[in-house]
Parts: sequence; structure tokens; C-alpha cells
Amino acid sequence: MRFEIVIGLETHAQLSTSSKIFSSASTAFGAPPNTQASAVDIALPGVLPVLNRGAVERAIRFGLAVGGTINRRSVFARKNYFYPDLPKGYQISQYETPVVSGGSVTIVTDTGEKSVRLVRAHLEEDAGKSVHEGLPPELGDVSGIDLNRAGMPLLEIVTEPDMRSAAEAIAYAKTLHALVTWIGICDGDMQEGNFRCDANVSVRRPGEPLGTRCEIKNLNSFRFLAQAIEYEARRQIELIEDGGRVEQETRLYDPDRDETRSMRSKEDAQDYRYFPDPDLPTLVIDDAWIARVRDAMPELPDALRARLVQAYGLTPYDAEQLTLSRALVDYYEAVTQALEARDAAAYKLAANWVLGEFSAARNRADVAIEHAKVSPRALAGLLRRIADHTISGKIAKDVFDTMWSGEGSGDDAADAIIERRGLRQISDTSAIEALVNDVLAKNAAMVEEYRAGKDKAVNALVGQVMKASKGKANPTQVNEILRRVLASGK
Amino acid sequence: MSFSSDDIARLARLARIRLDAVETNDVREKLDAIFSLIDALQAIDTAGVAPMAHAQDVMLPLRDDIVTREDCRARFQAQAPEVADGLYIVPRVVE
Amino acid sequence: MSGAFGSIVELAAGLRAREWSCVELATDTLARLRDSQAAVNAFISVDEEGALAQARAADARLGAGDAPVLTGIPIAHKDVLMTRGLRTTCASRMLERFVAPYDAHVVARLREAGTVLVGKTNMDEFAMGSSSETSYFGPVRNPWSAECVPGGSSGGSAAAVAAGIVPATTGTDTGGSIRQPAALTGICGLKPTYGLCSRYGLVAFASSLDTPGPFAHTAHDCALLLNAMAGHDERDSTSVSRTAEDYARLIDANAGTKPLDGLRIGIPREFADDALEPDVVASVEEALAALRSLGASTLDITLPRLSYCVPVYYVVAPAEASSNLSRFDGVRYGHRAAEYDDLFEMYCRTRAEGFGAEVKRRILVGTYVLSQGYYDAYYLKAQQVRRLIAEDFTRAFAQCDVIAGPTAPTCAFTIGAKANDPVQMYLNDIFTIAANLTGMPAMSVPCGLSKQGLPIGLQLQANYFDEARLLNVAHRFQQATDWHSRRPS
Repeated sequence: MRFEIVIGLETHAQLSTSSKIFSSASTAFGAPPNTQASAVDIALPGVLPVLNRGAVERAIRFGLAVGGTINRRSVFARKNYFYPDLPKGYQISQYETPVVSGGSVTIVTDTGEKSVRLVRAHLEEDAGKSVHEGLPPELGDVSGIDLNRAGMPLLEIVTEPDMRSAAEAIAYAKTLHALVTWIGICDGDMQEGNFRCDANVSVRRPGEPLGTRCEIKNLNSFRFLAQAIEYEARRQIELIEDGGRVEQETRLYDPDRDETRSMRSKEDAQDYRYFPDPDLPTLVIDDAWIARVRDAMPELPDALRARLVQAYGLTPYDAEQLTLSRALVDYYEAVTQALEARDAAAYKLAANWVLGEFSAARNRADVAIEHAKVSPRALAGLLRRIADHTISGKIAKDVFDTMWSGEGSGDDAADAIIERRGLRQISDTSAIEALVNDVLAKNAAMVEEYRAGKDKAVNALVGQVMKASKGKANPTQVNEILRRVLASGK
Repeated sequence: MSFSSDDIARLARLARIRLDAVETNDVREKLDAIFSLIDALQAIDTAGVAPMAHAQDVMLPLRDDIVTREDCRARFQAQAPEVADGLYIVPRVVE
Repeated sequence: MSGAFGSIVELAAGLRAREWSCVELATDTLARLRDSQAAVNAFISVDEEGALAQARAADARLGAGDAPVLTGIPIAHKDVLMTRGLRTTCASRMLERFVAPYDAHVVARLREAGTVLVGKTNMDEFAMGSSSETSYFGPVRNPWSAECVPGGSSGGSAAAVAAGIVPATTGTDTGGSIRQPAALTGICGLKPTYGLCSRYGLVAFASSLDTPGPFAHTAHDCALLLNAMAGHDERDSTSVSRTAEDYARLIDANAGTKPLDGLRIGIPREFADDALEPDVVASVEEALAALRSLGASTLDITLPRLSYCVPVYYVVAPAEASSNLSRFDGVRYGHRAAEYDDLFEMYCRTRAEGFGAEVKRRILVGTYVLSQGYYDAYYLKAQQVRRLIAEDFTRAFAQCDVIAGPTAPTCAFTIGAKANDPVQMYLNDIFTIAANLTGMPAMSVPCGLSKQGLPIGLQLQANYFDEARLLNVAHRFQQATDWHSRRPS
């Protein structure tokens, strides 16, 4: 009997403040160890936390973006446990009363749209880092503690167990990632660890109550998230099928071995002894503050997706892809503004190019959209020449690559390259007929095959003509003329 | 309230305090006495009473998001039991 | 010269009259401090060089003519307050060699006010105790009787003033740690409203209860010290933001022969406790009579849940302490065990060696009351009862302006007498804890001597932020009595 996979995600989004959540130390990435660890961050005796307004403001923005409830009063609590990267011996987090309750995120997968419900989003501080490699060998079997990350502001976003496949989990994670970067609360750089997911995975036979879940930690890429969920679900299913039982535990995903394993340090049953932090009175958020944040909100991806479908006639899938980043959709809209033709075909062509060639080139070059080598107006100039059949799609790709490589910039770069290299498409019927006759004369064998009933041979002949024209012949015309000449039996 | 030696051992483990057998027994006896004092609380009806976690009901003040750049590593680490390469050194952390 | 037993007001006047200089005062103080150490053990650290440098600066400031009232006044801080560049140990092996990298807010304020810091005072380890016996640096002795404790936890600060070494010290009060030692050593000690003096730089014991405050011979001196110590601090989120006030303003006002006319003093029925020493009862009665003769009226009030203060406190304070003291793990500063096989053992041995028995007990009690399955029955319950107690006091202050009674049920007890009986020790704080639970201000004023010649304290409590009135009542009482002028032999 088939099993259903049930997934809930807990995501730690590092908030894009300049200073830490409870201290004024910098949040900049990559500083030498412990140089950005203030007295508060290393928990000197007698120091006290003071909450960063910027972190709260970002939490409010998130709450509004997901349609959650911004709790007017929320409470910081201490989560007590000993770990060398946790300087106070407790983490300041929110337990019973988080800053945001509820809300939802809409995801789009192959099977359509789905709403993933959120339980909560709460503010907390990050811990430091343990370093195990590269330490002086004479120190023996030791770890080094870097507290630069201690006190980084985090928003922990917790979903209901609403996802049923790795694909849905990935779609959720990507949509959430797009959302938090979109509204400017998180830089979203997964390599720097500022968007991290933990997955709660369980399996059950359809219709049965939820199975025992395992929490998988250390998922710092979408690919690992998918692999870990798939591995873990398989492990649980095999365990059950072999008559075993799933134990509730925390497991670590090891990408090198593509497996999850039980975390030894968590074996000792945890008792976090949460209690309200006496150093921090109740966080109070008033309506006026919420209204100010709401007024400053950008158009949200959901609304924008609907607008792209409605105004440009795009498919929901294309709209989804374009709205994975604010910069990308801004680029797309700038291209459409620069187009002469204002019809669905032109918009579709623009979407194909922005999501296709343009995104591919940008990924290869690993540059931000703002620094892309081809401006929206320049790309619009190229698309115009495809639309009016001056060049074919294939030639256009070459022109685009030339533009990207920096040869010819400016709004009319495409035209300049087409002219200079003589790439204008051949649409002159007599010129194409001459090419066709020449190719047929040189490929008598293929013509024979065609006559013998092998219709496919015509494709090879088209290819030969295109090659002879250096790709410049209008392919539609070549096809027509070739078939006409062959049919005439010459 | 009566504590067993196992109860004390569990608490000592949670609190990361090593206790030998004699200390465990002493702590057990004293905790029994202390909790006989504390257990008087159970007699009070507190249904519906909001807990009081702070001495005053004030609003949490918020700090502007401003960085003060001050690298205190050398000064702070001068007091550390063991450091190397700017890191605090501890026995190997097992994850 | 001898500045011994001089009040701040007297010493400040002498400085301005050029009877002595700040350097002379500091030198004199340091000599007394050294001479007293063997007998009283009030100090953990002394800063002779620093004190003389500050005294020279104070003399210059006085010479320039714009010096605030505390300029040149020698002071000592409880060793739980951070003092930049000076060792700050909390009387614990854990911080035996810890040098504070910064100043506590109240320390900085008193520095700016011109005081001359001579040293750090002895105390119960991490401020946990009522006798100052649990110090890693040995017990403090009561200047009135070498066999007796000075009370605690700020016993060194109280003894230093009572022995006439310094005119002023700071303490911290979590359950009576300023008022009870003030009572047991015959001086004034004030616990201000929670939030009035910043906790920044006070090594936390129980964060929702800890309150820094002053010790001095007189209420007037306490007012001058509070003027310097109070003030909003952005680094402490529980620090209150209020317009600055002069706590000596009522003291300085001329008030005639019935200065307390119209003052309503509430006497809680519940203070009539079997455990009270007869001498304490008699002295407090006498003090109330004196207050009535100054124009005050007394009325019976009731604080029905007063007896629950001790149990509530011994849940809340250890709970917060167990968490606050987790940072002492041997990783970044402080003691680390010499031998261990792994990380877990490093933690356990470090904390076993670094903390004394009472600190360990309180950490374990706190760990228990917060742990899974017990939180509701203990921690939550205690916080609910805490609110009921605060409501009792708010009701009482609708009827009266101050509440008066004994500060402690007994006079100073013999060193070692209660050391092995935590419950008996905890009951010392039966009258003082309420002010910490509610956050309201309270102080102890000397009001008598027992037949054995040991000091007795009168506790005065007031509503939130009513320090000026509290200090005025104490001041008028001191104008009418001479208990604060009695000296140990």
C-alpha cells in the first residue's frame, strides 16, 4: 500500500538589519572570528539585551505579507541549554506569544496552486559557530568557537504539516525565499546561511493520523532539502514496512553521503526550561506602527502574478517564474515597456527570452540583474527584429551572446550587430530558390530517398539549405520552397 | 516533596554541575527542606491570575538599528581560559 | 584628620571649608580600610593607586569651583558591580581573577558625580545569602560583634560603613540584601523602585528582582547618593524613563515641629510574628511612637499573603538565577577546571569547582522549578502569587503613605549558626522580600540596640517612585533620634 509523505518546514530567515538583534555589533558577513562579538554577544557578566527596532519592523512586514496576525503584545523567553556556541547558556526566542501568528503562502507546482498555512513566525537570536578544522594540531581534539554569528537576528517561520512531497516543500521554500527577499527583510544568501530550513518529515498511509515525525536539520540548499526529504521518507517507509517504528528525533542531513543520521548531541532528552526573559518586558506593537509598515509595502508577488497573467496574458507558470525575484520581474516589465508591439505574442516572446536566454546568461556570468550586460531596452531592440522577421530565433541567440559579451551596447545594439555582420534574414524568394536548387543538385542521394517515400529526408535538405545560407535564410520560406521544388519533380 | 538521588543527579546533569555522592545526599536533604517551605504555595487559589514576570508593567524599549564598530576581541580574549587564532577553544564539540 | 564615621554631608562641608582635602580623605580612608581588614574582612579588592588618582582629580575639581556634592567622597562598590579595570569577583572562585572590562551604570554615574572609589566589598557569593558567610574570600564580620554576621548579601558594604571606613557604599538588593545588612549593622540602606537605577553592569542574580541602591549613615546621605545613581539607561530595557528628581528636596525643606503631620503609616498585622525577637518588637514600637510624635498617624493594615513572600521568592529567584548563571561555563572567561575528558565534563567540573554550595543549591532548585512537568506547579504558580502580593500592597497604599515594621525578625546572629540550615537562613528575609516582588521602594533605618548591644532596623516601605517621601520620613526620624550616631565599640 502506498504511503503519503507529510512535511512541515521551519525556516530561519536572517533579517537584513545592520546591527544584531540585541546588541549594536555589526551583522556583516565574513569578518575574522570574534571581531564582531560585542560584550552582549559574548555574554559578559552584567550586560543586558536591547531589542533592535529594525528586526521587529521586518517581522511586521513579513506578517503583513503572509496575511498573518501581528500580535500587539508578544513575549521574549529564554530557551535554556548548554552549548559552547551559546554564550549565555540560553537563547532568547519567543515561545508562547510570537510576534506573528497564522498566515499562509501560496505555492505553484505541476499539479496547480496550493496554500501552505503558517503556524507562526517569531523573532530570535542566532548562536555562534563551532569550527572543527584548521586549528593548530598541538591543541588536540578541540573545537574553536566564533561568536560573530551569535546574536544575528532571525525570523523563524513555521508551517503546518501541509506539504505532501519534496516538490511541494521545494516550491514552498522557493516561494518563501522569493517573498522574504522581495519584501526586503532577508538577503536570502543560502551559502552564507541566511536562509536555512529544517524539515519535519513523517509518513502515513492515506487516511491515517499523522505518523511520528523526525526533524532534519542543516538543509542549506533547495537541492539538499529535496534530497533529505526523499531520503528520510524512504528510510521511514522501509522501517515501517520492515515492522519497525519511527522514533521522534532530530536528524542531520549529510549531503556528502546523501543520508540523514541521528544527532548524538540531542540524545539526552532536552528540557529547555523556557520562561519569560526578565530582562525584556513585553514587546508592544501599536496599530499606527503596523499602518506605517503596511503603507511602505511593495506590491506582493501574489498580486503581481495575478497582474502579469491578466495584463500580459502570461501563463501562471511563467508569472510564477518571473516573480521569484523582484529584480527579474522589474527587468521583464522594463522590456515590455520598450517593445513597440503591445500584444500577447510579444509579451510571451519577451517572457521566453527573459526566463530563457537572459536568465541563463546571467546565471553563467553570476551577476546581479541590475548589472546584466544587456539592458531591457537593448533586449527589446533584439526582440523587435525577431518579431519583424529580420532575423531568425537562432540568429537572435548569436546576436544576444554578442551583445552580452559587450560588443555593442546601447538601445540599438542588436541592429548594429545585425548590420555589421550581415545577419539580416534572407526572405528574397529567388535567392532562396537558387540556394535550394544548388543543394538539391549536390545531394542527389537524399532526393532519391525522398522520392522513395522517406519524408524525413526533407528535414536534412532544409538543414543543408540553412547551412548554405549561413543560417540567414527564412526557415519557413526554405521549407515551403524546398517542398514545392521537390513536388514539381524536377 | 521528597527528592531521590536520581532526581538530584538529573538536575545536576541539566545544570552541568558535578556532584559526588556526599554532595548529592546533602543537596537532596536540603532541597527536601526548601521544598517543604515552597510547597505552601499550593494552598493558594490562583485560578485566572495573570503571572507577574516583571516588577513593573512597562513596554519594551527599542533600539535604532545602528552599528557601533568596536572590536574588543583582544581585550575580551585576554581573560579567556583558552584561545587560538581568535577562537575560543573548547573540547571537541560533537554534533 | 579622621574622617571616620563622618557623614557625606559633613565630609563634603569639610572639603569645601578646606578642613581637609580629597587626597587626605582618601589616604585616611585607605589606612582605615587596611587596618580593619583582619577584623571585618569587608573588602575583596582595594585600589589605592586609583583612589589617590581620583582624589587628586577631585581636589582639582573642587578647586575649580563647579564640583558636585559627592566630589571627593570615598566610596566602595559591592563586588557584584562591574568596575572597569578592577577585579570584579562576585565573591566567587568562578570570577576570582576576572577584571571588569567596563563600568556598571551606577558605578559610572557615581564616578561622574566625583566619588573616589577605594575598593570592592565582600558579599555572599553571587549575592545569594543573608549573612555574607558564603564568600569565597571568607566571611564578613559584624563591626558590632566579631562573632556575628553583618547580614547579607551586601554584608561587606554594610560593614564598611558601619565600621566607619567609608561614608558610603553601594549594594544590591534582590530579597533584602541592602536592607537586612543595614539593619544588622545599624546604618541606612535603601532599595529604590525597580527600574530607577540601571542594572547594567550588575552581575545578574535574579533579574526581575535585582536592584542597586546605597548605604550610608543617614537618609540624607542616601538621598544624595540616589540622586547620582538614579537615571534612565538605554542599555537596560527595564530601566524606567522619568524626569530627574531631587530625592533630597523634602529633606532640605524646613518642616517645623510636626514635620510628618498628615503622614499615614500602615502597620501590617502580619508583622506580629512569633519568630520576632522581643527586643526587635520593643524597638520598632518605640520608633513608631517617635514617628507619631512627629505628627504621623498609624493605622492597622492587612497584607494577607505576606507569609507567601518567602516561598514565592525561593521559586522565582532561583529560577532566574539558574538561567543567569549558565554563562559561567569556562569557555570565554572565569574559572575553567584543570582536568576533563570532554566538553560535558569540562562544564560539570568547572561549575562544580567554581560555585560554592549555596549557589549550586539555588541553581538546582531553579532548574527544577522550570523543568518540564513542574513549571506550572512552581514557577507559574509563584508568578501568580507574586501578582496577588503586589495587589495586596497596592490596596494597602490606597490607605496609607508608608508601611512600617521591622526590617529583620532578629538581630545579627552568630557566624555559622544558620549556615547549614538554608530554610532558617531564608526566613531572615521574611519582611524584606515583598518590596522586591512588587518592585516598590523600601529602606532600613537604625531604630535601636538589643540588650546585647546589637543594632535593630526599622523598615519603611512606600509606593512606586515615592523615594523622596520615604527618605524624608527616615530623615525626620533620624533628626528626632540618635541611633544612627551610635558606634560599635
